[in-house]
Amino acid sequence: MAGTGSRENVFATRMALTNTKLRLKGAQTGHSLLAKKRDALTTRFRSILKKVDEAKRKMGRVMQLASLSMAEVTYATGDISYLVQEQAKSASFKVKSKQENVSGVVLPAFEVERVPGSDFNLTGLGRGGQQVLKAKEVYAKAIETLVELASLQTAFTILDEVIRATNRRVNAIEHVVIPKLDNTIKYIMSELDEMDREEFFRLKKVQGKKKRGNAVENPVAPEDTEQPTAFDDEQQGSTDLLSSKDDDVIF
Amino acid sequence: MEALLFNVDSGFLEGTVRGYKGGILSQSHYANLTQCETLEDFRTQLSATDYGNFLANEPLPISTATIADKATQILVDQFKYLRNNAVEPLSKFLDYITYGYMIDNVILLITGTLHERDTHELIERCHPLGIFETMPALCVASNVEELYQSVLVETPLAPYFRDCLSASDLDDLNIEIVRNTVYKAYLEDFHSYCTSLGGPTAEVMHRILSFEADRRTVNITINSFNTELTKEQRAKLFPSIGRLFPEGNNQLAKADEVDQVRQVCEGVSEYRVFFSDAPSSTANSGGGDEASSAVSQLEDRFFHMEVHLNKQAFLQQFQYGVFYAYMKLKEQEIRNLTWIAECIAQDARDRIQDFIPIF
Repeated sequence: MAGTGSRENVFATRMALTNTKLRLKGAQTGHSLLAKKRDALTTRFRSILKKVDEAKRKMGRVMQLASLSMAEVTYATGDISYLVQEQAKSASFKVKSKQENVSGVVLPAFEVERVPGSDFNLTGLGRGGQQVLKAKEVYAKAIETLVELASLQTAFTILDEVIRATNRRVNAIEHVVIPKLDNTIKYIMSELDEMDREEFFRLKKVQGKKKRGNAVENPVAPEDTEQPTAFDDEQQGSTDLLSSKDDDVIF
Repeated sequence: MEALLFNVDSGFLEGTVRGYKGGILSQSHYANLTQCETLEDFRTQLSATDYGNFLANEPLPISTATIADKATQILVDQFKYLRNNAVEPLSKFLDYITYGYMIDNVILLITGTLHERDTHELIERCHPLGIFETMPALCVASNVEELYQSVLVETPLAPYFRDCLSASDLDDLNIEIVRNTVYKAYLEDFHSYCTSLGGPTAEVMHRILSFEADRRTVNITINSFNTELTKEQRAKLFPSIGRLFPEGNNQLAKADEVDQVRQVCEGVSEYRVFFSDAPSSTANSGGGDEASSAVSQLEDRFFHMEVHLNKQAFLQQFQYGVFYAYMKLKEQEIRNLTWIAECIAQDARDRIQDFIPIF
């Protein structure tokens, strides 16, 4: 019973028993807390997964639109990439990062900030300006979708990692820590019981020895046959033992 | 009169260009091309046309940019052949055609210099038709002042730059304004040159160039709404030729919205179709989107008109307009090919018919 499974290396004392019991209690509380956290995270994870799926599909559509509008620009004006690259002076599309707390996990969330006005709004002045404007709008939308997807995806990876870690902890507590503490407690109990029994046996021996000594010294008192049997003693508990001991001491 | 002597110098080249014109893709070619599932099918279909095996040595997968580049290369080769065989005054006329591309290239170099980039790598990005022998010399310039001087010395564009801009303008003005100012000067000069040639050339080219000028005017007007371009600046960019000139241009210079542009175009019967469905959209209260769609269709209609005018140029013999018209039609064809290829590559079947068939 005490030998099966792993246990902690402690001395079998009452103190250690109390400590271990406390720790077991702590482990159980921790287990239930972690399990709750895991469930919360998993719920969140599922909803993000759904959103990621949606965002990816949306991205597919939007990117197709965007590249088609780029094709329109090429159709109308030809290659404008270099001019646009060179004339862009400040970012008109900025991404801000903020943090969100989901049951103790910090998730980064990205936000789009668009600066109105642009550096190349005269591109395609002679021809194709409308197409350039349209392409710009469509691409801005596409990037918005990308940013959204990026924050979802980051949250997805981080949550995934955290859920794994939490799962590991939950499982470790459930299958390793708690059984170990259980075993330890059982071990200590059994050791204590064993010690009790040994003590009792020792006392019995001492009693027997003393009785024999008494019989040799004053053989008049053999009628004192009312000594408790081992069976009785076990039923009545240790109080009897003590009283008989007291008798001895007085005697 | 010109019929008497035209063939002495230019008969062969006119024949050649009319032969080239026969190679322009027809409606049935386009019908085949739009059926293609992949760009490889596209290539196979094209090899049955005058383009032949122009993509044969391209590694797979073919990009649409490669198709456009190769097709342009064919056009450039044809043009060079024409140019090498031409004598005055046709050679000068052909040179004028290249000036338009040259302006774009020089503007590109100016942009590079303004932002202190290495302009040598820009040479590759230049349009091959607009490359001239002394162009590498422009790359030596390290600042705008030097570049301006070398443009004046080295390029045939000198008069346009000299008359319209000073070196400091290049620094201050938006590069698009510079481009359009120079282009305006070019159009006017080309027009006056064609007029000086006289005869049917002047007649045909007048039609085409007037339209080109009007198109630019309308485009600049519409594209400059809600931008920092002031109305005075805008007025300066309008070419002083074309059928809208001068009253139409004056009105356009003051226009604030698409509706006013439409009213101006009403004055010319051919241009009425450009805005034909605009009235219905402005009549609606929520016509904002439709009006903008009408504007975006405008570009397509301009292209249609351009193709139409260029096709008409072929109806007249003994004139130089065919050369210009052929170049423009071929350019449109390359645009069409690129568009179809793009639609195939992006699997946008519903838009594949949006090109402009030529014949």
